[in-house]
Amino acid sequence: MSTPAIEISGLTKDYSLGFWRKRTRRSLDNLSLQVEDGEVFGFLGPNGAGKTTTLKLLMGLIFPTAGTARIRGRSIDDVGMHRDIGYLPEQPYFYDYLTARELLDYYARLFGYGAADRRERVARFLERVGLSSAANVQLRKFSKGMLQRAGIAQAILHDPQVVFLDEPMSGLDPVGRREVRDIILELKQQGRTVFFSTHILSDAEMLCDRVAVLVGGKLQGVGSPGEIVSIEVSGMEILFEAREGHPLPQKLAQRAAKTGARYRIEVPEAELYTALDVLRDCEARILSIQPLRPTLEDYFFRLVDRQKAAAHAVEVETR
Amino acid sequence: MSAARIAIPGVVAVNTFREAVRDRVLYNLIFFALMMIGAAIFVGEISIGIERLVIVNLGLSAISLIGLVMAIFIGVGLVYKEMEKRTLYSLLAKPVRRWEFLVGKYGGLLLTLLVNTSLMTLGLFAALLYVSGRFQRSDVSILVAVYFILLELALVTALALFFSCFSSPMLSTLFTLGIYITGVFSQDIRDFGEVTKNAQLGAVTRVLYYLLPNFHNFNSIAAASHGDPVPLRLIAQNTLYALLYVTVVLLGAATVFSRRNLR
Repeated sequence: MSTPAIEISGLTKDYSLGFWRKRTRRSLDNLSLQVEDGEVFGFLGPNGAGKTTTLKLLMGLIFPTAGTARIRGRSIDDVGMHRDIGYLPEQPYFYDYLTARELLDYYARLFGYGAADRRERVARFLERVGLSSAANVQLRKFSKGMLQRAGIAQAILHDPQVVFLDEPMSGLDPVGRREVRDIILELKQQGRTVFFSTHILSDAEMLCDRVAVLVGGKLQGVGSPGEIVSIEVSGMEILFEAREGHPLPQKLAQRAAKTGARYRIEVPEAELYTALDVLRDCEARILSIQPLRPTLEDYFFRLVDRQKAAAHAVEVETR
Repeated sequence: MSAARIAIPGVVAVNTFREAVRDRVLYNLIFFALMMIGAAIFVGEISIGIERLVIVNLGLSAISLIGLVMAIFIGVGLVYKEMEKRTLYSLLAKPVRRWEFLVGKYGGLLLTLLVNTSLMTLGLFAALLYVSGRFQRSDVSILVAVYFILLELALVTALALFFSCFSSPMLSTLFTLGIYITGVFSQDIRDFGEVTKNAQLGAVTRVLYYLLPNFHNFNSIAAASHGDPVPLRLIAQNTLYALLYVTVVLLGAATVFSRRNLR
C-alpha cells in the first residue's frame, strides 16, 4: 500500500487572545484526515472555518497546539519535505518591486536550479498561467487576478508532488477560474495530489475526488461530493412549453414559474406521474425532467444551521 | 551541508539588496555628494590649514549617521514587512529554513550598507583630494574608521533584526536606538558605578557594561581626522568583538523567530 500524500492526526490549534487576561480561541479542533496520492481533495468551509489555519499548519507557518501531520510520509517539521510541495497562500502578495519573471526566477533559485533550467522553467510556467505578455511588468502593477496567476505559477514551478491551494479561484474572472480548473485537472492527470480550500462549492463538486467539510474548526464529514450530499432526492423539476390553445389547468399554472414561453415546475417525487398526465392532457411539450438533489451548498448551510442550533441549545442549557 | 543549502541565504540576500536599490534607498548618496561638494568648497574658503580635519570629520560623521539611520530604519522592517505583507508565506513554503531567511535578510542589508558606505567613502576621498590636492599616507586611518563604522553598522543591523522578530517597527526602533545610545556611553556608565562607591550600583553598571554592546570602541573618527594611526590590536579586537556579538544576536533572533507563529 502506498504512503498517503497527506496524513493529519488530531491537529489542533489554539490562539492566545488578550494581553493581560489571557484567553484562548480554538481555531482548529482535533482534525484527522488522510488524502491519498493522486487525489484532488477539496477542503470546504465558510470563512473562519479553519481552512487557512490547517494549510498554515501544514506549511509550518504556524505551530500546532496538539496533533501531527505528515506529507508523503515526512513530518511537517522537516523542511526538506518542502521540495515536494507547492503552496498558494490565500490572497497572495508578492514582492511588488519584482517583475513576474524575476519573482519566479527568485523562487527557482531557492530550489537550486541552474540558469538555463530556470530560464526555461520560468518561461514555461508564465505561459502556463497566461502571464507571458506581462512577464516583465512589476508586480505592483498587477491586478488581483494576475497576482493569483503568478501565485499559482510559483506554487507549481518546481513540479511538486503535492500542491496546496488556498482559495485558488478567489479574485478570478470566469475565464481565469476555468484556467485554474484546467491546471488542477492537468496536475491530476500528471498524478499529482491537489489539496485546495474553497468556499465556492460548484468548483469542488466539479473537480474533487473527495471533499472534507470544516465548520467552526471541526471536521463535519469526508467523502466524495456525492456521498457528502447523499443521493436523497427532494423533488422533481419539470421544464415544459405549453401549446397554443391548450391552457394549463389553474392549479398547475399557479405553481409554475414562467420565463418567456417556458414553464418550470417543482413537484414531489410521488406526484411526478400525476403532473405528467396533466401536462400530456394539455399537450405540453416536455423539455426536461430532473431530480432535485441538495447541492453541496445546501449541505453546507444545513451544517452551519445545525451547529448554530447546537450552540444555542448549549447556551440555553447553561443559563 | 549541500551547496544549495549554503546558497539560500545568498539568494535571499541578493533579493533584499535588490529591494533596497529599487526602493531608492541609495538616493541618500545624492544628499551625501551634495554635502561633500558644498563642504569642500566652503571649507576651502574659510578654514586655512584645517581643511583636511574638517572634511574628514564631517565626511565620517555623515557616513556613520546615514549608515545608522539606514541600519535601524530598514533593519526593523526586514522581517516585519515580510510578515505584514505575507510575502513570507510563499517563501517559507519553499525548502527554506527560518534561520536561512534571517541570515539572508541580514546579509542583504549588510550588502546594501557596504555598497552605500563604500560609495560615500569614495566621495569623501574625492572631496579630500579637492581640498588637499593629494593623498597622505595617514589617510589609511580614514579607511580604518570606515571599517569600524561598518562593524558598528553590522552590530546595529543585527540588533534591529533581532527586535523586529518579535515587536513592531516602532518599538524595534526605540529598542535599537536605546541600546545604541546606551552602548555609546557604556564606558561612562561603568565609570559612574565605580565613582559612586556603591557596591550594588557598581555591580549593576558592570553587568550593563559587559552585556550591552560597546560602541565607544568603534569610534575612531577623531584619530582619522588627525591622521593618527590606529593600533592593529584595536582593529583585531573590534573585529572579533563585532563578530561574536553579531553571532550571539543572530542566534537569539533565529531562536525567537523559529518559534514564531506567522498569523
